Amino acid sequence: MERVFGRPNGLINLPFPYCPGCGHGTVHRMIAEAIDELGIAERTIMVTSIGCSVRMWRQFGELDVCQPAHGRAPAAATGIKRALPEAVVFAYQGDGDMTAIGTAEVVHAAARGEKMAIFFVNNAVFGATGGQMAPTTLEGQTTTTSPWGRDPRQAGYPIRMSEMLATLEAPVYLARVSIAGAGNLNRAKKATLHALEIQKEGRGFAMVEYLVPCPSGWHMTPIESHRWIESTMTKYYPLGVFRDRLDDGELLHSSGRGAG
Amino acid sequence: MAERVLMKGNEALGEAAIRAGCLFYYGYPITPQTELLEYMARELPRRGGTFLQTESEVATIYVVYGTAAAGKRVMTSSSSPVISLMAEGISFLAAAQLPAVIVDITRASPGLGRIPPAQSDYRQLTHGAGHGDYHLVVLAPASVQEMADLTFLAFDLADRYRNPVAIMADGILGQMMEPLEWKAWPTDGHPKEWAVTGAGGRPRNLVLNAPYTDQELMDLNRTLKEKYRLIAEAEQRWEYVDMEGAEMAVVAYGTSARIAMEAVEEARRDGIPVGLVRPISLWPFPTRAFRPLMGKLRCYLTVEMNDGQMVEDLELALRCTAPVHSHGQGGGWVPTTAGIREEIERVWRGSSAGPMG
Repeated sequence: MERVFGRPNGLINLPFPYCPGCGHGTVHRMIAEAIDELGIAERTIMVTSIGCSVRMWRQFGELDVCQPAHGRAPAAATGIKRALPEAVVFAYQGDGDMTAIGTAEVVHAAARGEKMAIFFVNNAVFGATGGQMAPTTLEGQTTTTSPWGRDPRQAGYPIRMSEMLATLEAPVYLARVSIAGAGNLNRAKKATLHALEIQKEGRGFAMVEYLVPCPSGWHMTPIESHRWIESTMTKYYPLGVFRDRLDDGELLHSSGRGAG
Repeated sequence: MAERVLMKGNEALGEAAIRAGCLFYYGYPITPQTELLEYMARELPRRGGTFLQTESEVATIYVVYGTAAAGKRVMTSSSSPVISLMAEGISFLAAAQLPAVIVDITRASPGLGRIPPAQSDYRQLTHGAGHGDYHLVVLAPASVQEMADLTFLAFDLADRYRNPVAIMADGILGQMMEPLEWKAWPTDGHPKEWAVTGAGGRPRNLVLNAPYTDQELMDLNRTLKEKYRLIAEAEQRWEYVDMEGAEMAVVAYGTSARIAMEAVEEARRDGIPVGLVRPISLWPFPTRAFRPLMGKLRCYLTVEMNDGQMVEDLELALRCTAPVHSHGQGGGWVPTTAGIREEIERVWRGSSAGPMG
């Protein structure tokens, strides 16, 4: 019998430590599949961050892992890649981690064109600490620290990190994808693969932003969460490729300008 | 024949780092350490190394973290207020047991202060700077020769114990030129099997800060505690100057020790039996230097370019068996030979009225 679906080699046989319906597991799996497909596990170093994914190093049983502080993954990844130019280096960050305390680090790593991939998981809340407002929290969205809804007069407007980074010269690939719905999943997988291919070839800075559900933080069922991504989140965070500087980088363009 | 040169302290430190095999330096401009940053910017690219000016010292210390995790010798330098900014990362380096060298060419005063010479960060470096149960090894050079020698030593200790090491100096040591002899120090001789380099052909390596279980966290902290006990036992360093027959000691490190040395000589000539103990390692504090002196010396005088930050460590080392006086002031104050000489006389007269012990 041909095996058509299974656990990627990159993930050990251990349940994900996340809430039902959480998006992290889906993104972990895409990354592990892409590493398998590209055959790069032996020279890949994963830089993790702080948040729900703080323990993701356990799931990826094949990879060397470096775990720095909240928001600092792009700085540590810079230090690794500068020391080991032949390595494939990727960082994994949530939206609390990247768009709040780590804003400077990601902007400058992107501006320098550090040769790394960043997988940026945006669920519009601080998940690990129990669903507080993040810089990505949508206008009117209720969280434990915006209990009456995010009020832009007081808390400002959500940050669109992919678009911000697209104002910089150096990044070679910037895309926002969603994991709600089968079509989006396929496009998200392709973007993941593309970002790691760029690293395999040492071509430059790549970031994939994933819109993912946080049913616990949003106080929704997993199905409601997926619907909310499609009905609300993607309105403010449009899916698409904001930068693709590679001559052969047609993976997402082939299905039109947008990934969504 | 050994190579003899005339060099500025900051540049001697940078050159020593490169000769010690440190090919990675990251930093950010701040006076009075900028010559070191500029020296590395000029030298490293043409000597096969990597220089990077980062967006902040918060980023700097984590780029250091990444390169240290990758198993390479790495250094940063900065000055007081932004050593505070790096404090988080220093604690993370210690928790991940990563070797790195951090140079602090201090400014004067809390807050922004200004750039006159000072030893304002004694307490910050030896009793901090970050959170949790860890120590920085702290070395205090007192000459351009030691700016180089202690840099070699710093890399060696960092690798041997897998712990960050700080070098604390001030603007005078950074700026002054002195002759310097390059010694044949061994370069990186510590295999780093723990480094993250890509797991091909071996079990994977993990450079972690958040152990998975409470037990693992406790184990890590037990390991650290034992390591710091070993360092405190093995790595105390100091110099005695004119301590033979001394009944009083001046205790000073770095620039203030240089100035105090002259005052001690003068006082000796005038018949006061005083010597100098110069701590070279500030952490571990050289407690063992004072053990043989207990019960023999009547009194101590610390001379520091701060408000007396070392006094408590000295009192503890002496178990409060003799009075410790402080001659010090923060804010850019530099002691004079005459001023120290006067203090020695005052303290000596005050303490020699009665019998010893």
